[in-house]
Amino acid sequence: MSGRLSILIAEDSAADRMLLSTIVSRQGHRVLTASNGLEAVALFEQERPQLVLMDALMPVMDGFEASRRIKESAGEQLVPIIFLTSLTENEALVRCLEVGDDFLAKPYNQIILQAKISAMDRLRRLQQVVLQQRDLIAKHNEHLLTEQRVAKAVFDKVAHSGCLSAANIRYLQSPFALFNGDLLLAAFKPSGGMHVLLGDFTGHGLPAAIGAMPLAEVFYGMTAKGFSMAEILREMNAKLKRILPVGVFCCATMLNLSFQRRVVEVWNGGLPDGHLLRVASGERVPLVSRHLPLGVLEPTAFNEAYEVHPLLPGDRIFLLSDGVLETHGASGQLFGEERLLEVFAAGHSPERLFDEIQAALAAFRGEAQDDISMIELSMVEDGLLARPALAFSDSGQSSPLDWSVSFEFRAEALKRFNPLPFLLQLLMEVRGLRAQGGALYTVMAELYSNALEHGVLGLDSRLKSDAQGFARYYRERGQRLQALSEGFVRFSLDVVPEAGGGGCLRIRVEDSGKGFDVARALDRPQDKECLSGRGMRLIRQLTHHCQWSPDGRGAQVEFRWPA
Amino acid sequence: MSDIHLDQNVLASLLDVMGEEYPVLLDTFLIDSEERQRHIHEAMAAADAQALRLAAHSFKGSCSNMGAPMLAGLCKQLEEAARRERLDEAPTLVEQIGREFAIVRILLKSERQRYR
Repeated sequence: MSGRLSILIAEDSAADRMLLSTIVSRQGHRVLTASNGLEAVALFEQERPQLVLMDALMPVMDGFEASRRIKESAGEQLVPIIFLTSLTENEALVRCLEVGDDFLAKPYNQIILQAKISAMDRLRRLQQVVLQQRDLIAKHNEHLLTEQRVAKAVFDKVAHSGCLSAANIRYLQSPFALFNGDLLLAAFKPSGGMHVLLGDFTGHGLPAAIGAMPLAEVFYGMTAKGFSMAEILREMNAKLKRILPVGVFCCATMLNLSFQRRVVEVWNGGLPDGHLLRVASGERVPLVSRHLPLGVLEPTAFNEAYEVHPLLPGDRIFLLSDGVLETHGASGQLFGEERLLEVFAAGHSPERLFDEIQAALAAFRGEAQDDISMIELSMVEDGLLARPALAFSDSGQSSPLDWSVSFEFRAEALKRFNPLPFLLQLLMEVRGLRAQGGALYTVMAELYSNALEHGVLGLDSRLKSDAQGFARYYRERGQRLQALSEGFVRFSLDVVPEAGGGGCLRIRVEDSGKGFDVARALDRPQDKECLSGRGMRLIRQLTHHCQWSPDGRGAQVEFRWPA
Repeated sequence: MSDIHLDQNVLASLLDVMGEEYPVLLDTFLIDSEERQRHIHEAMAAADAQALRLAAHSFKGSCSNMGAPMLAGLCKQLEEAARRERLDEAPTLVEQIGREFAIVRILLKSERQRYR
């Protein structure tokens, strides 16, 4: 049995009105009466009854027009209207049901009337429940979106877009890619190169986004401290493995782009092939996944082995999320690898390719896509990109100014340990050096790789004169390092204050190698330097003073800073 | 016998519904019916088919509710004629309605006497 309702009766005949009000109020409802349509509308707006019994034909305003106004005024609420009518033509009855919800023929039958009021009340309550649930869902959804906005705001602080705005980068990413599990990170290394990571977490929503934070934290933190790509990958894998539940992991491609050495190091774990396009030959080198995604393997089983490719200015690298290949066409088929390769093979000029891929996707899907991530990186001349100054989290007030220290890294250490971030962290404690932090990183990296590769490992840089030799060089480097049983690289650092408040840093690097002919190396003509031998000239440019010991087994450089 | 003028079953159920208010309902109907017939006469005099149709329709509804089937039937014929714009048929029907209502009124008044 329905509860007590407030019911409006609009009927112009006094006897009928009286009869009906009596029936309805005897059934336990509160009754309001009107003798024409206009009165009915006014009374409805004033009293907001829950149900209306409406005579179809009335003077002043008929029941159809009154019903239309009442429905309009009721808005989303269902106020059922039952037409009272002795009309018999089908079309008149149909009209009652178009404007109202039911009709009741004269003469009135009180049992039928009661049943109809109950039925309409059920309908009214149902509509109320639907509206409440709709509002509840809307509220939950709004709540969810707010949470996502907050999460995104926090995430954007941790996993800011880094140097994605650099001139050699173009990228495409939805503002809410995070919640598709997509992640695009790029950062300048202190030595001037660039680390880039395209990641794709399993799943959707917050669970997919949550792993992005520690990943970004490691990526930016370690890159800023001068760690190598291999070390960063190892740490990211270990961290994700530790914190993510089984089944949640991150397919990723990471690049280490060096503008000075003109190489790119590539590690791909589970993402679709990247593509390296050589502008001179038109050759396309696929950057294939050779590893499991990050967060799958135990740290001991993780393999950070990467490929090294030489690059020339103008060469381009494309990385894409699998959203690109999995873009659906109008009839449900996938965009797929082949269609992508067709775009690459179509002979577009290199600088048009990024747009052409986008255009091909849009044409395939028939609408703009917003759930894909794609990045294009160009090799440029060293020094062409504007770089931000190195950022430090401490104030630099406690700056030690008069010390010297010496480290010797021997075979077992050289195999497993990269001493550069450690040494550079130490040097960055000296406030006066921070302004030239980038140069210091670059010079230290060059000195170390010269000492290790040409000195301890005895590799000949002339190998790197073409792409094949280049690959051989890095293969040899790996093998010789693995087999290393003796040898050392020694760093001696000497920080002294100078009269007037400035200071000077002297770095001496020695190695156990055979040495080299210093004079000949410095005289080597510039045009042979496309893939190698850039190191020494660079060091001369970036330091205040530098000299090589005559036997080629040591180098000494100086950095000075003013008061 | 008089059921074609006034249906006793309908009156019984009206009594059941209205209880003490039953005589008031009868009074209301009688007063309202005078009003309805006045509307019918006015519409006919003005040769307004639409107004005539509406007035006849409205009176028909009340008559059927009050259990006056013959009167309701005559109103329906008038409503039909007005709908077809056959105003020439109206005077005869209106006269018949007047006569039938006179009978119904007598019957209702006597019904009314029983519930003083």
